[in-house]
Amino acid sequence: MVDLTAAPEILRTADGRPLKSALALAQRKAKWRAFFLVLPLLAFVVLTFIVPILKMLERSVNHDGFSSNAPTMVAWFNDHPAGADIPEDAYAALVTDLKQMQKDRTAGAAGTRINYTVPGTISVFKSAAREAEKLQPPYKDALIASNKMWGDPLVWVAMRNASSAYTSDFYMVSADLKRDANNSLVRVEDNQRIYVYLFLKTFVLSIVITVACLLLAFPIAHLLAVLPMAKSNLLMILVLLPFWTSLLVRTSSWIAILQEQGIINDLMVWIGAFSEDGRIRMIYNQTGTIIVMTHILLPFMVLPLYSVMRVIPPSYARAARSLGATSWTTFRRIYLPQTLPGIAAGSLLVFILAVGYYITPALVGGADGQLISNLISFHMNKANWSMAAALAAILLAAVLLLYWLYDRLIGIDRLKLG
Amino acid sequence: MVATSPNDAFVAFEHVQKSYDGVSLVVKDLNLSIGKGEFLTMLGPSGSGKTTCLMMLAGFETATHGRIMLDGTNINEVPPHKRGIGMVFQNYALFPHMTVGENLSFPLEVRGMGKSEREAKVKRALDMVQMYSFINRRPAQLSGGQQQRIALARALVFDPSLVLMDEPLGALDKQLREHMQFEIKHLHESLGITVVYVTHDQGEALTMSDRVAVFNDGRIQQLATPSDLYERPDNSFVAQFIGENNKLPGVIESIGDGKCTVRLETGEVIDATPVNVSEKGAKTLVSIRPERVEYKPEAMPANAHTIDAEVMEFIYMGDMFRTRLRVAGSDEFVIKSRNTLGQRMLAAGEKIKIGWAPQDARALDPM
Ligand SMILES: Nc1ncnc2c1ncn2[C@@H]1O[C@H](COP(=O)(O)OP(=O)(O)OP(=O)(O)O)[C@@H](O)[C@H]1O
Ligand SMILES: [Mg+2]
Repeated sequence: MVDLTAAPEILRTADGRPLKSALALAQRKAKWRAFFLVLPLLAFVVLTFIVPILKMLERSVNHDGFSSNAPTMVAWFNDHPAGADIPEDAYAALVTDLKQMQKDRTAGAAGTRINYTVPGTISVFKSAAREAEKLQPPYKDALIASNKMWGDPLVWVAMRNASSAYTSDFYMVSADLKRDANNSLVRVEDNQRIYVYLFLKTFVLSIVITVACLLLAFPIAHLLAVLPMAKSNLLMILVLLPFWTSLLVRTSSWIAILQEQGIINDLMVWIGAFSEDGRIRMIYNQTGTIIVMTHILLPFMVLPLYSVMRVIPPSYARAARSLGATSWTTFRRIYLPQTLPGIAAGSLLVFILAVGYYITPALVGGADGQLISNLISFHMNKANWSMAAALAAILLAAVLLLYWLYDRLIGIDRLKLG
Repeated sequence: MVATSPNDAFVAFEHVQKSYDGVSLVVKDLNLSIGKGEFLTMLGPSGSGKTTCLMMLAGFETATHGRIMLDGTNINEVPPHKRGIGMVFQNYALFPHMTVGENLSFPLEVRGMGKSEREAKVKRALDMVQMYSFINRRPAQLSGGQQQRIALARALVFDPSLVLMDEPLGALDKQLREHMQFEIKHLHESLGITVVYVTHDQGEALTMSDRVAVFNDGRIQQLATPSDLYERPDNSFVAQFIGENNKLPGVIESIGDGKCTVRLETGEVIDATPVNVSEKGAKTLVSIRPERVEYKPEAMPANAHTIDAEVMEFIYMGDMFRTRLRVAGSDEFVIKSRNTLGQRMLAAGEKIKIGWAPQDARALDPM
């Protein structure tokens, strides 16, 4: 960069304008043209990608089901700091709100919000709202008499936390945590810990799938890179074939191959490797998810590897051999390090796709082959938007973290995707 | 130093043939003996099989037929990494993910050499090419000439007694190339190594080599010292491939006693030395170097035949004059004369007579 300010005299064009502003003027037009050219894409990306993601992030920390339908309670919680005992006037406020909820038919919405942190409260809210008109003071005893949950401090902690629309409760639930009566975080009971386990399982399975893809793709990509063009094109078509086949067709063919009465089992029984009762189920379980997803994601590993390997000149390997290296040393010290950008790109791609994969585990995963995406979809089907959003946001954060790590370790500019 | 029989040769190709596709031979019956310490250059047009020969010697290609001997043992079955041959590739093939130092250290590491010994050898090799200060750079941070030096140092660092170079200077500009030619030659002499060098730059071949093997069409056309190659080409291909050359087609008129006369297609008779023609009436192509043609009668040998020529173009080149003539119906005949005191300058359109000593005109095969 030339520092024009340090020069003793400002450079000028022939007609006396400063060179810098003349240059800026000349470039402005080009810049605007470039901007208008990318504008449609920019608008599209903002509308279909950025906005929905921001909306999702907002939903994951915002749920006004309780706060907007229980204004009296919200006011009471604001005036009274948290304490161990819940006085009568709090119950009076609750009944006021329950009556209003009955009129507006919003007891379900409010109950749903509380239900996230204290399961089973929707029906309690609904029935209390129905009976609210008939309740007589003292409301505390009347409510507790109708359902003892109203005396449960956990319900009150939950309501206090729900009295603000903005909340971290959904992340708390996603981490298998809950609040005890003192409003401090504790882990939920063993048999209710599903999210952390599913996150871990998703990551572990994704790693297994990524490694399997890498092991399968490396020799294929190498073969593609060293074969003469005509043969490698043919092989490439075979690699890409899965891309061109409908996901459902592929999945159903895997079902035909892997099921207990499927081709592999038949073959094994026929050659005597398995007994008739010893047939192994390789689908509708974790094994099925791994096998089918490895197949589906394989091209995403082959292509980056191939694009890196294709440009490694064979003279490097020859040079190494002539310098005295065995073929194994040549592979390990010369070839492998040069394929690293491809390995990293392929692994990143496959891993990220696997972590968020939904359709295959849903179709062939059975009960224990489900991944976190299937749970997100479950929440979406139940209109538990905030819960789904929180889980998705965690997934997104994990992926971004991976990108960041990749950038630190390898450099995003060295990413070779094909 | 120059090996003549395969028995005392350091490297020997014996009846080597090579085919890639099973249909055509790329190398046809190659016989070549290289002495210890010799600098031998393989020179030839593109596709003549030079690289193929080098690759067979290095072990990356197998000979379809024949034996390749290194220091008295048959190396046909020896894998490349056990041959201990240093090699410089045309594109240098420096490992891009390693620094200069690591590149040089690599051949020593795979030989299981200790760290201190490695460092000493790497330093010595880098000093040899004046590149020690670049030890921590990556190849991508070096210029072409610098990469070339590193490639050279890497091929030499493990003290091979035979070094192969495949057009190592092909990618460099003229000045750098000449400088590197000198350095390679110097290293060859000071280290006493045997070098097999491939090029298609004849100037490079002539200035650097002890002997040059001229390849064409999978065969060695001539294997000789640079001066023999230039002054006494064995056949028309070599005559035309090396240096500038005038050719006059004709028929042998008389032959005997190491001399002959040739009648050109236009009827003139000229003097020549028969090389690979033996009988009267045979077709031949007479080859004469431009600087050996004389046009001043007093400088011509006594009773030499002269023929008529017309000056087409006269180019003043400073130290030289270059004149294009019409001779025997063709106007591609070129003569060169030194700009000495009193040298006569010719003018276009002038009619002169030219002649030469019979030993400078070689009657070769008609191609
Ligand atoms: N791997 C290969 N497979 C098939 N044919 C080959 C192969 N390598 C070389 N050839 C053929 O063998 C012939 C000789 O090639 P070679 O590389 O030895 O030529 P060269 O003399 O080194 O030429 P250049 O000066 O262009 O490098 C050529 O016709 C070439 O097409
Ligand atoms: Mg070559």
